[in-house]
Amino acid sequence: MAMLEVKNLGISFGGLKAVDDFNITIEKGQLYGLIGPNGAGKTTVFNLLTGVYRPDHGSIHLDGASITGKKTIEINQAGIARTFQNIRLFKELTVLDNVKAGLHNHFRYSTLEGILRLPRYFKVEKEMNARAMELLKVFDLDGEYDYKASNLPYGKQRKLEIARALATEPKLLLLDEPAAGMNPNETAELMETIRFVRDHFDMTILLIEHDMKLVSGICEKLTVLNFGQVLTRGDTAEVLNDKRVITAYLGE
Amino acid sequence: MLSFLSYFINGVSLGSIYAIIALGYTMVYGIARMLNFAHGDIIMVGGFAIFTLMSTMGVHPLLSVLAAMVICTVLGVTVERIAYRPLRGATSLAVLITAIGVSYLLQNVALLIFGSNARQFTSVVTLPNLKLADGQLIISSVTIVTIVTCIVIMVALTSFINKTKVGQAMLAVSEDKGAATLMGIDVNRTITITFAIGSALAAIAGALLCSTYPSLTPYTGSMPGIKAFVAAVFGGIGSIPGALIGGVLLGIIENLSKAYISSQLSDAIVFSVLIIVLLVRPTGILGRKINEKV
Amino acid sequence: MKKNNKLFLQSSITYGIVIGCWVLVQILSATGHMTSLLKGILVPLCIYSILAVSLNLTVGILGELSLGHAGFMCLGAFSGAFFTKCMEGSISSVQIRFFIALFIGAVVAGIFGFLIGIPVLRLKGDYLAIVTLAFGEIIKNLINVMYIGLDSTGFHFSTKDTTSLGMDSTGVVIIKGAQGITGTPKASTFGIGVILLLLTLVIVLNLINSRTGRAIMAIRDNRIAAESIGINITKYKLMAFSISAALAGVAGVLYAHNLSTLAATPKNFGYNMSIIILVYVVLGGLGNIRGSMIAAVVLTLLPELLRGLNDYRMLIYAIVLIAMMLFNSSPKAIEMRAVFMEKVKKNKNAAKEAA
Repeated sequence: MAMLEVKNLGISFGGLKAVDDFNITIEKGQLYGLIGPNGAGKTTVFNLLTGVYRPDHGSIHLDGASITGKKTIEINQAGIARTFQNIRLFKELTVLDNVKAGLHNHFRYSTLEGILRLPRYFKVEKEMNARAMELLKVFDLDGEYDYKASNLPYGKQRKLEIARALATEPKLLLLDEPAAGMNPNETAELMETIRFVRDHFDMTILLIEHDMKLVSGICEKLTVLNFGQVLTRGDTAEVLNDKRVITAYLGE
Repeated sequence: MLSFLSYFINGVSLGSIYAIIALGYTMVYGIARMLNFAHGDIIMVGGFAIFTLMSTMGVHPLLSVLAAMVICTVLGVTVERIAYRPLRGATSLAVLITAIGVSYLLQNVALLIFGSNARQFTSVVTLPNLKLADGQLIISSVTIVTIVTCIVIMVALTSFINKTKVGQAMLAVSEDKGAATLMGIDVNRTITITFAIGSALAAIAGALLCSTYPSLTPYTGSMPGIKAFVAAVFGGIGSIPGALIGGVLLGIIENLSKAYISSQLSDAIVFSVLIIVLLVRPTGILGRKINEKV
Repeated sequence: MKKNNKLFLQSSITYGIVIGCWVLVQILSATGHMTSLLKGILVPLCIYSILAVSLNLTVGILGELSLGHAGFMCLGAFSGAFFTKCMEGSISSVQIRFFIALFIGAVVAGIFGFLIGIPVLRLKGDYLAIVTLAFGEIIKNLINVMYIGLDSTGFHFSTKDTTSLGMDSTGVVIIKGAQGITGTPKASTFGIGVILLLLTLVIVLNLINSRTGRAIMAIRDNRIAAESIGINITKYKLMAFSISAALAGVAGVLYAHNLSTLAATPKNFGYNMSIIILVYVVLGGLGNIRGSMIAAVVLTLLPELLRGLNDYRMLIYAIVLIAMMLFNSSPKAIEMRAVFMEKVKKNKNAAKEAA
């Protein structure tokens, strides 16, 4: 069974079809790329998948269960986590607390236990710290665990966002332009990290990216969006050599 | 029926005063994105300026109002220059607290000069009252002058903003400060002009308010100020027709509930209506909806 | 982990300051250095500190501007005082009545915080601020027209006057409209105030440094991201808002039992009071709990210490407030301070190298 199965998904804003008849099937463990020129509707697809927008029509199934029309929190609990094109960290919180916030639904104690500092508070907090540090280590952020998130350099902020998303223990990870604003060295490093995440966490990943080096380097399959519609899909090398794709990017 | 009409007209008149004050709030908010809590106290300063000129120095009422407009304009611009401009780029909360400080400052300076006892304000309107329906319905001249003034101000301000270069600059700054700067608009100067207009309007509002409710204290401006702020939010803050609609509706609701329900509860009723309006339309009657981009 | 120790130390300093102040007051009164002026302001200091700390939970931690905090204080004050008056006959011990009243005040204010929070927290920014202000004013207005009496047949309620309560000869008017409640026992003491302040600090600080606090601050920093990692926005917003309201209710009960007459005037429960509390929070630093407490104490003492200057004191207060805001928040001043600190650092380093 496919990890993500999207059929006939569509949404309009004021008469304009932002995404129309969108279909995608992603198998478990796949590294899948969603590409297309600016304004093609890629982020809108992410917003539809994560419940930020409610689709006008179509269905979304995650690991066999329907998540169509559900709320963002429910979808996260069902197993989709994401990062954002314009980084959205909890700026005033520490690096560690950003990840611990991601652990919110998996390590629980009540508010009262927290206020009264009952034994459970200390026990769960200790477990949370250990788990969060483990995640930070994966992204080489453990040295900066007590930095304020907004004080991290740009590249590390992007990594922290991935770490926070992984903390929610998703089945499917959505990355929205993870390499945006990175220099070639950082991008190369990021490619390694994404591969590592897939292998180490046994993760299925769907990513939006403009950096073709990254796309051709790590994505196994691609779907190309143009004007809200699927232009083509298939194996990475095939798609990238497709004339229509090149025209869509460069114009006639 | 006649008494209802009388309450209603008085409500429109009170609402017109709110609308004139609300204009100051709304314009400043639209352009500087700040809640100028001291705006109500500018009204009070205007009231005292007119009171001093007219009652103790015997200046003609109209001249007194004009002089008060000049005084308030200078005051408003000075306050902006000294207290608000250095905070441009700071959090809106910091500006809000500073505005509250300015409000305290104006109140206490007035308290030092004029004391806390209420002064009896002589109306600036010396025309005779209008008698209708064989004298059963009396509409005071202040009421009529207030409503007419409000209409004149609205028309003048709307054409000023739509037809003049300065007005267009104000619109541009309220849309996007950065882009306006790039288009060669002097943002600081535009904000100064906005404060000048708002403060001059506050002086007029002060004259009309004190002519309608002739007791003047250093705290006279604060409650009408808050109410006008509510009116601005009610109509959709940042919108000029919104300020008019919000102000007039508020005045009518307040006067009718005073007359028919309870004078003690009139404020509670006004605030309840505000809450209901905002729950149905979270940015006010004419406010624009803002969507956050994800 | 190192971080936990640091937190523990920070909280301990805050508690230490409160306890230190209490000890100082004990020494002052034991050695007879306590002026009546100072004595009269001790309980208000605790009240304002509790209010500032609790409002910081809404404004600094949750990140929503509330201008209606005095309304919750008002609810706490009236429900608490109402209880102590009603139970005059049944519970003879003033202390026990006061203790239960504190609890009732907190619960009533908390419930109203929850109910008001449901619609209010859907709004954003300045709109939320004006609606909280509106709710605060409505609460004050409603209490001002409320008449409640108690006789052998039970409670009587009216919004007109005392005669329309229609009570029999045993009737006692408890809430008398705009005149409020008279004859509340004066049970608030500095000791109780300090204990309640410590309790407030423990609740707020422990809350912030827990799973719940992290969720609340995550919502403050980025609502959309918080939602995307499965945090229930409404639940945590409401929780922060109602806890903040409940603590303001406690401050209200303390306030009510510090006076013999309790009336809802614009001065004590109007939006002006909400604004005064907000000033403490902003000057003390958003999210800085200890700062709120210190700002509340300093700014309450300041006008009292300036009493000699009589008419000028509020003027000075206003000027100090504006000056502090300009110094603290203006981008230029921040830059100048940074440059200055840099220079100091350099000089220090130079001195070190020279030595």
